[in-house]
Amino acid sequence: MKKLMTGNTAVSYGVMLSRAEVISAYPITPQTTIVEELSEICADGRLKAKFIRVESEHSAMACVAAASATGARVFTATSSHGLAYMHEMLHWTAGTRLPVVMVNANRAIGSPWSIWCEQGDSLSQRDTGWLQLYCESSQEALDTVIQAYRIAEEVLLPVMVLVDGFFLSHTSEPVEIPDQKAVDRFLPPYRSRYKLDPDDPHTFNIMADPSIFISFKHDAQKAMDEAKKVVARVDREFKAHFGRGYGLLEKVRCADADVLFLTMGTAASTAREVIEEYRKRGKKVGLCRLRMFRPFPARELNKVLSEAKKVAVLDRDNSLGSGGIVAQEVKAALYGAARKPKVFEFIAGLGGKDITPETIGEVIEHTLNNVNPGGEPIWMGVQE
Amino acid sequence: MNAKELLNEYLHSGHGCCPGCGMPIVMRHAFQALGERTIAVITAGCFGTISGGFPSSPLKLATYNTPFASTGAAASGVRAALDIKGDTQTTVLAVAGDGGTFDIGIQALSAAAERNDDFIYLCYDNEAYMNTGIQRSSATPWGAWTTTTPPSNLKSQPKKDIVQIMVAHRVPYVATASIAYPEDLIRKIKKAKETRGFKFIYAFSPCPVGWRFSSELTIRIARLAVQTKIFPLYEVEEGERYILNEDPEGVPVDGYLKLQGRFGYLREGDMERIQENVNRQWKRLMGRVEGS
Repeated sequence: MKKLMTGNTAVSYGVMLSRAEVISAYPITPQTTIVEELSEICADGRLKAKFIRVESEHSAMACVAAASATGARVFTATSSHGLAYMHEMLHWTAGTRLPVVMVNANRAIGSPWSIWCEQGDSLSQRDTGWLQLYCESSQEALDTVIQAYRIAEEVLLPVMVLVDGFFLSHTSEPVEIPDQKAVDRFLPPYRSRYKLDPDDPHTFNIMADPSIFISFKHDAQKAMDEAKKVVARVDREFKAHFGRGYGLLEKVRCADADVLFLTMGTAASTAREVIEEYRKRGKKVGLCRLRMFRPFPARELNKVLSEAKKVAVLDRDNSLGSGGIVAQEVKAALYGAARKPKVFEFIAGLGGKDITPETIGEVIEHTLNNVNPGGEPIWMGVQE
Repeated sequence: MNAKELLNEYLHSGHGCCPGCGMPIVMRHAFQALGERTIAVITAGCFGTISGGFPSSPLKLATYNTPFASTGAAASGVRAALDIKGDTQTTVLAVAGDGGTFDIGIQALSAAAERNDDFIYLCYDNEAYMNTGIQRSSATPWGAWTTTTPPSNLKSQPKKDIVQIMVAHRVPYVATASIAYPEDLIRKIKKAKETRGFKFIYAFSPCPVGWRFSSELTIRIARLAVQTKIFPLYEVEEGERYILNEDPEGVPVDGYLKLQGRFGYLREGDMERIQENVNRQWKRLMGRVEGS
């Protein structure tokens, strides 16, 4: 069945179809409608779940983490300041190896106040041990939530699903809603391997002394390495079940491209159009949309990038004092590669500034017309 | 509690409490009163830190450690997961010290109480951040020395009245408890277990290291706290019905204060001031008991 729905509604449907058992969340723009929708879905019995309306995001994550440790499939959603407020709990949840699934509607973090889209909120949480999957459409958001549970419950790491604030969270698109029975076949009920159980009492998160702490972290790293394969496999299986797949990254006209435009999230939709325009004019421009940021698919990305002469990375974020976070990772991935393109770096769309076809056109023009990158990222649309 | 129940140990040797610590006595009684169908949610603080190191634990209960600010929220999560799985019999016990309750954890605690989530929140109060080495908390009494309230700048604010804060949430059950009155403590834990909704047990937990007293005096100091009326033993049901459990004659406070080095910097007139404050608070409590 196809329905017109926003990204946030699509997320709610994804959670409902995944049969989450404990949901805990705190409202924050632009995530709020997920919480509202799920409240209704739980209240009218479409989903048999406990919904705990907590007083903060820190508590939301603490609550779902503990529920997950007790063996329940759990969900929460947040945005921006809420994600930052969870920071401690993000580390803790990953450290406890809990298969928590969270959707974050990407929004800038103040000051100054902004409620609009930026990916710096989640990218700045890249070291917390969560997988990160960035979506481009409402359909992908719904599908990725379902996939996220399969992935998380297999590798025992939490998964963050990212939707661009407003551009995706509040934009309506036609979405194919999978059949519940088909989802049940793809995603069986959660059977935790380890849980809080009075019949088999164990202590979670006990003190690990210096001789053993590093081993816990190494185990988590191995799980993260494994996750790369699992994300790819789950996506393939999803495609076999539902006819839709997304990959770790998406390539559009990459095979013969001299210039590759690389970005994450909804800016890729705009870029698709622009790239077609360039192709019509005979310019060999392609698009690489990065879907998975953690674990970072360095090898898969290298394979795509090594064929190009130049890559233009558009970051909807900035690490003050260093530059775009995606560009940093791309450059690190390319280091040591036998063939590597020149990396042009662009910062755009911070705090909800539109990334228009013209913005992307400027980025591509600059990359086409310059032999070498200038060494510093180029900021798009700054008022002097 | 029958003698057989006392044989059920859930807190075994191997924990790292200091000699004379009041907290393991609180916990041991609480666990025995609750029995094995219990999941404990614990946090940073003395109990979280001393309760074993990987791979061994002195606790024979399913236990979940959660970061400092989140005890109330984590306990709600455990409860919700049990409920959705159809397990309404297992008791969820959240445990935090005074720092984790009065200060950093009060937001999550208040929210869980307001939601009336079905678990027991047990606060053991040793009146400062003892695990990090005796820093003042909002539970530290007026006039006490800590490493952050040095002799030249003793704590100049009264202790926060956490019981009244919790009573104001109108939760089903709030009770104070003392290790010097173990039958009373055990009875209250059992009553909490049988009561549905949110329960707050507030246990007095003397700390020889932080309060500067000799470790064999722990129980005596706990008893004196009740006898001086500094720590009244009472219960409040549904935020309204006050029940006084002990009505001591009222030993003068100096007998309690002089046993503890942390009160060794009080100046002339301070003891009287503390006594007056205790008298005033007791009168206020009696008004509530009589009025309910």
